[in-house]
Amino acid sequence: MSEQKKTDFHVVNHSVPRRDGRAKVTGKALYVGDVKLTGMAYARVLRSPYGHAKIVSIDASRAAARPGVIAFLTGDNLGGLNPYYGHAVKDHPLVAIEKVRYAGEPVAAVVAEDERAAFEALEFIDVRYEELKPVLTPKEALEKGAPLLHERKFEAGALRGFEGDVTAGRGTNICQEAHLRWGDVEAAFAKAAAVVEAEYYFPMAYAYAMEPYVAIAEVNENGVTIYSSAQHPFMVRHDLTTVFNLPVSQIRLIVPFVGGGYGSKSYTKIEPLVAACAWKAKRPVKLQLSVEEAMLTTRSDDALTWMRTAVDSNGKIIARQAKIYMNTGAYAENSPLVCEKATNRCVGPYAIANVQIDTYSIYTNTVPASSYRGFGCAQVTMAGESQIDELAAKIGKDPYEFRLMNVAHPSEEFFPKMRAFDGNLKQDLEIVAQAIHWKEPRSKGRGRSIGCSVSDAGAYPLTSTVVRVHADGSVSIMTGSTELGQGSHTIIPQIAAEELGVPFENVRVVASDTAITPYDRSTGASRTTTLMGRAVLEASREAIEQMARMAADVLKRAADEIEVIKGGVQCGEARLTWSEVISRYYGLPDGEVIGRAYIRKSGDFAKLPVFWETACTGVEVSVDEETGRIRMEKLATAGDVGLAINPALAEGQDIGAATMGMGIGLFEELVYEGSQLVNGSLLDYRVPRFSDLPRDVKLQLVENRDGVGPYGAKGGGEAALNSMPANIANAVYDAAGVRIRQAPLTPEKVWRALKEKKAEGRKQ
Amino acid sequence: MRLCFQLNGRPVEIECEAADTLAELLRNHLNLTGTKVSCEVQVCGACTVLVGGLPVSSCTLLAYEVRDKNVVTIEGLAQPDGTLHPIQQAFIDDFAFQCGFCTPGMILAAKALLDENPKPSEDDVIHYMDGNICRCTGYVPIVRAIQKAAETLKESKK
Ligand code: FES
Ligand code: FES
Repeated sequence: MSEQKKTDFHVVNHSVPRRDGRAKVTGKALYVGDVKLTGMAYARVLRSPYGHAKIVSIDASRAAARPGVIAFLTGDNLGGLNPYYGHAVKDHPLVAIEKVRYAGEPVAAVVAEDERAAFEALEFIDVRYEELKPVLTPKEALEKGAPLLHERKFEAGALRGFEGDVTAGRGTNICQEAHLRWGDVEAAFAKAAAVVEAEYYFPMAYAYAMEPYVAIAEVNENGVTIYSSAQHPFMVRHDLTTVFNLPVSQIRLIVPFVGGGYGSKSYTKIEPLVAACAWKAKRPVKLQLSVEEAMLTTRSDDALTWMRTAVDSNGKIIARQAKIYMNTGAYAENSPLVCEKATNRCVGPYAIANVQIDTYSIYTNTVPASSYRGFGCAQVTMAGESQIDELAAKIGKDPYEFRLMNVAHPSEEFFPKMRAFDGNLKQDLEIVAQAIHWKEPRSKGRGRSIGCSVSDAGAYPLTSTVVRVHADGSVSIMTGSTELGQGSHTIIPQIAAEELGVPFENVRVVASDTAITPYDRSTGASRTTTLMGRAVLEASREAIEQMARMAADVLKRAADEIEVIKGGVQCGEARLTWSEVISRYYGLPDGEVIGRAYIRKSGDFAKLPVFWETACTGVEVSVDEETGRIRMEKLATAGDVGLAINPALAEGQDIGAATMGMGIGLFEELVYEGSQLVNGSLLDYRVPRFSDLPRDVKLQLVENRDGVGPYGAKGGGEAALNSMPANIANAVYDAAGVRIRQAPLTPEKVWRALKEKKAEGRKQ
Repeated sequence: MRLCFQLNGRPVEIECEAADTLAELLRNHLNLTGTKVSCEVQVCGACTVLVGGLPVSSCTLLAYEVRDKNVVTIEGLAQPDGTLHPIQQAFIDDFAFQCGFCTPGMILAAKALLDENPKPSEDDVIHYMDGNICRCTGYVPIVRAIQKAAETLKESKK
């Protein structure tokens, strides 16, 4: 792809201002919560107080009689719908049927003229439960005789995102298991020069997209129309075709601006429930969850990882083995894929000859876990990158040097059967080491760490787009990629403007309406720049080809005499802009040319992953020995993005991801007492604030144009999160000599570890 | 009950219920959906509006509390001809938002800060803005935007 090596960009690789800038600073940007439809009614949800219980009876007649109430929905009045959904495992009823599997699960919904009437009616729904024993941890769930969450057997969903089968519903609480092995780990550990073995914990985290889940549904003779805050409208559409038993053409998902996703809005969430409400009410129905309810909707899988890693006498990593138990909560959602991905990503960015990873995702009576930025990688990188530092310490090597000598090289086939490595970690590491002054002495109470990770991007190559060039030379792009804040609606027109040689201003995006925009599998796994970007590039080129042929026609010249120049064509002395080509071709100053592109698993995208997502992060922390409080003082990132279509946006992804990772490293954790989530509100769940931000931040991008996206771009936006929890643990070790293997590193944990260390010091 | 107040420089007279919050009144009855609601417990600042020039969380303020007062929402910040307020412009220039859900509240809190302290240090910004959460940006570009806006405002006053 020689043109991929073009260098004289006029729009791409520039930090052009965000396309949605004006709308977002003036309050005009439309989110689903801002949409009002004529005749719209409002739903509210009654949630289970129990973690595990049988629903003995449910009677909503008193609620139905309340003023303003239009309809209600319970698990026993869904006749006509297929109430179970799930793209991997169809285990999730749109409202609890016969039993509840976690505290907070929707048990009934009321639709009323206004939200207050709906809310007030909830307490008039009479539900009788018979409590069952809940299982709350993977350990409990795997015990002999543990109560089963799901009794039914499930088929593997065609869109589950991986090739293996699903494990759910085989008479145990195992939702998914994944196994990876090559080489001979036992032999390698037997002959190793040094081995480190330990257990690590990554907590349940809540993504806290500031816009909680919201959807508006209407069901009529045209089918089902839903406005939703979903990241993946096409995946939601797929689930709804089965719920309503309707063809794809009769399910329409519309996604305006989304108020943050970070994975938490991927796949189907409240859409089946609100669509069922609309179907009952025969009115458009809006369901706006509160943040408290959003916290009862999805979280990240927490993970307990036992891991051992071995080196030979030259300091080369020769083996890694891990066993990972992920707590998947009550329903599978996307956890089977998270399980698969955690397994692969556990290997880390190192070329290791002997590998054995066994991962189990376990159903428990807790909030269902699903995608969360990093997607399995963050969970296992807490273990992997902690262990790299422990191993370096054990053999007396500098952890940075130790990484340098072990990371996968550019083009190295470090992971059997997968794409060769398309990043340059050595370069990333060096950049970050310099940025945080790795080699310089630390002041007292300060510690540093550098970490990296690599993810086989879960971006399945199935994307299509349409680029329409209008007779005035302006351009509309039809894209299924949602704008979550990552800037897709800015970089997509940048690419088209670059290719067509037209001003960025003249390129507009029509987005995320499954009835209008061509199919794009999802907006996640950092795929948009690579896959939608390539689709937009190819569709633009297809439009150009057509316009060149049209120019030959109007100029009455042979096609090979037409030369494409910026913004139009040239033929001898004659120059025509696209506008002139189209207008002259149709004989009117109107009409359009339609360029198309389909991306599938072939050509550049034949080999998975379509790219390895990688980044390197470095931190300096200070540890207050009195209180155990940690502060992140410095942060450096190196995003290995191939080519940044918009550098400011790419850097914004890195700092955003790193900040989330910092939150998990320092204080974010959902806490259960028995089957109740006890910090299920922003009052109690602490996320990073202004005062937590490091004062010294250096964001850098590595642009080797080694990706398969447009001009050598590839995805970013997750990787800077993954290494942060381990970074914090490693930096605390560097500062204070205590090794903490459970994230988050709360002041209490740090303080206890410091106290223990002191006590040990005194004993000696 | 009948409620009268000044909203973005214009008088408003409207019926509201005693239990209506200011955010509900703005969003549901006045169609000013620029004000966003997230945590609903006065933690995140997404719903920040200015009442009498001071930032308040409209998610927990009862609407009738603003009777006879001056309320400014994000819709009232740009000039009638569409010229953006320097803080709005700086937010665009410095990529100080991604999803934009925190942005209206963030910009209004920043306005209150700059009205009170036209030349805030980095510490001042961080301290003042600590009640506004942003989950996307890692805050760094927001601090930068606010300080740039302070510069612009100072220039324009010269
Ligand atoms: S919504 Fe009002 S402070 Fe969060
Ligand atoms: S821009 Fe998304 S929360 Fe601030």
